[in-house]
Amino acid sequence: MSSSAKSAIRPLSPHLQVYRLPLTAILSITHRITGIGLSAGLLLLAWWLAAAAYGPDAYAAYAKVAGSWLGYLVWFGFSLALYFHLCNGIRHLFWDMGKGFEIAQAQRSDKLVIIAAIVLTVLTWLAAM
Amino acid sequence: MANTIKSLRSPLGRARGLGSAKEGAHHWWAQRLTAIALIPLTIWFAYSLASLAGGSYADFTAWLSAPINATLMILVVSVAFHHAQLGMQVVFEDYVSSHALRTGTIIAVKFACAAFAALSIVSILVVAFGR
Repeated sequence: MSSSAKSAIRPLSPHLQVYRLPLTAILSITHRITGIGLSAGLLLLAWWLAAAAYGPDAYAAYAKVAGSWLGYLVWFGFSLALYFHLCNGIRHLFWDMGKGFEIAQAQRSDKLVIIAAIVLTVLTWLAAM
Repeated sequence: MANTIKSLRSPLGRARGLGSAKEGAHHWWAQRLTAIALIPLTIWFAYSLASLAGGSYADFTAWLSAPINATLMILVVSVAFHHAQLGMQVVFEDYVSSHALRTGTIIAVKFACAAFAALSIVSILVVAFGR
């Protein structure tokens, strides 16, 4: 850091390596990461549907993987990513209508999105048990 | 410098060549429209998965062959794969700087999404109509 007063007041570029991302920015990149993850999850959904169409043997091969601990881990991640992307996506639609852009509102909806995603995931798994 | 003629084409001709196709917002709109459609579809899908958890082959095929479930499942996969390829296109446009790699990846993703959506829809119909 320079000792010059002029450089000290200069705004810092939000470079990834030196800048601690605010929660809003973390949620923004998480939206993209979960979108990519859900796209990969859609391939598993296609496998599930194709297995059902090919018959009991193909379905058993799918069910063996889906029912394993790894399968449950993937299902859990898929459900959490799905609810996060759903809740944050609804927030994006409000932003598209020009609502909720103030920093305080965005910080409030940050927390709302996280809490809603977790609550919906837990409720779904309780219902599935 | 500014007066150097680089092309015989007039500025007006160049602007005409680049003219608006009036569909600049098409991708954005399609992404939002599929997002809105996916709100109720996702809630139905998640509720169905929870109620189907741990079910057998017979349970799943019986459920999927009900017309309402087959219809909604076809909507889920077609809208979700469409939304997925729209979203991934934006991600690759933003992060892949090589033009050839970017274009190639986007084409591959679009083809893959179309193929897997078709496989999913045919599979649902096969179950719904019986083999």
